[in-house]
Amino acid sequence: MPEILDRARTQVLEQGVGLDEAGVLDILRLSDDDLPAALQLAHEVRMKWCGPEVEVEGIVSLKTGGCPEDCHFCSQSGLFASPVRSVWLDIPSLVEAAKQTAATGATEFCIVAAVRGPDARLMKQMREGVAAIKAAVDIQVAASLGMLTQEQVDELVDMGVHRYNHNLETCRSFFPNVVSTHTWEERWETLTMVRASGMEVCCGGILGLGETIEQRAEFAAQLAALDPHEVPLNFLNPRPGTPLGDQPVVEARDALRAIAAFRLAMPRTILRYAGGREITLGDLGTRDGLLGGINAVIVGNYLTTLGRPADEDLALLDDLKMPVKALSATL
Amino acid sequence: MTALWCDRCGERLAEGDHAACAAARRLEPPRFCPSCRRRMKVQVLPTGWTATCVEHGTTAS
Repeated sequence: MPEILDRARTQVLEQGVGLDEAGVLDILRLSDDDLPAALQLAHEVRMKWCGPEVEVEGIVSLKTGGCPEDCHFCSQSGLFASPVRSVWLDIPSLVEAAKQTAATGATEFCIVAAVRGPDARLMKQMREGVAAIKAAVDIQVAASLGMLTQEQVDELVDMGVHRYNHNLETCRSFFPNVVSTHTWEERWETLTMVRASGMEVCCGGILGLGETIEQRAEFAAQLAALDPHEVPLNFLNPRPGTPLGDQPVVEARDALRAIAAFRLAMPRTILRYAGGREITLGDLGTRDGLLGGINAVIVGNYLTTLGRPADEDLALLDDLKMPVKALSATL
Repeated sequence: MTALWCDRCGERLAEGDHAACAAARRLEPPRFCPSCRRRMKVQVLPTGWTATCVEHGTTAS
């Protein structure tokens, strides 16, 4: 048994103290032979510090495409030759999407917009949309609208948005290789305001952007320092027309190592499967991740790509005897 | 309507191999109108999608 797994058992499982950057790196460097033990430990940590429930979420794009930012992984940037066109979702369709999500048993519905930050039109659409959802659907509403001003943070709180997603995407040292139109620090400032407002902080990123293993460990440590309520973990799904369109996908075993490592860095967080798992992990890998530290999923489709049908994920959770977190447990 | 264009890459269906496009389409909505190659306005929803060509109308999953 590698020393890092013994140390993690004592420190993370028994004491609830996450691994530091060096410890995460040791996990990411484990051999394939040691991967099952790492996943088993991460699963035990998740069960002890989070419990068996799985939080289920659906997401929808309120404003797609035409984004002025140049996040190199994103097909919604207006700066790349991506086939994704700009489109807005109307309020009735937004409410219908929330209803579809709630029908899966999901407790979370996240409204996402491809913007640098919201303008007056988007905030108006959010105000009307959130009110319409709350009047018609029993579900928690989250939002992801880019970088915010303090006034916008306050407005979202006033609307009843309970969680705000703003991903750091990758570690601080690698971020300039991925985005040039804004900085990692600007994203951090928004996260700081969100935290102070009382909204739950949802912050994760994408693995497979070209970062090194060391930078993956750096990212986990930086997320742990932020201590978000939720960490969505994406794996790059290379999009045609983007600068990362030809980037190779993350190997399944590296993805699973990362899942275990991020869980061991953040024993109490909601660690969510987000985009790219279908391509990187497939059906078997999805199962392995749920038995290796993951305790939340996005069900159904993503923003511009499609996911596994929700009923397949729900059947898997049932098979694994992992109950879907009830709405009452999130309030 | 006859599909002339690949709805994923926008190239002629009769030219080149579009097997990879077909495989990718299992997890992607269409992006190009198969009749006229226009980029479509696509809205992905939690349980489906709609794709609208200004000339040829809307298709849905």
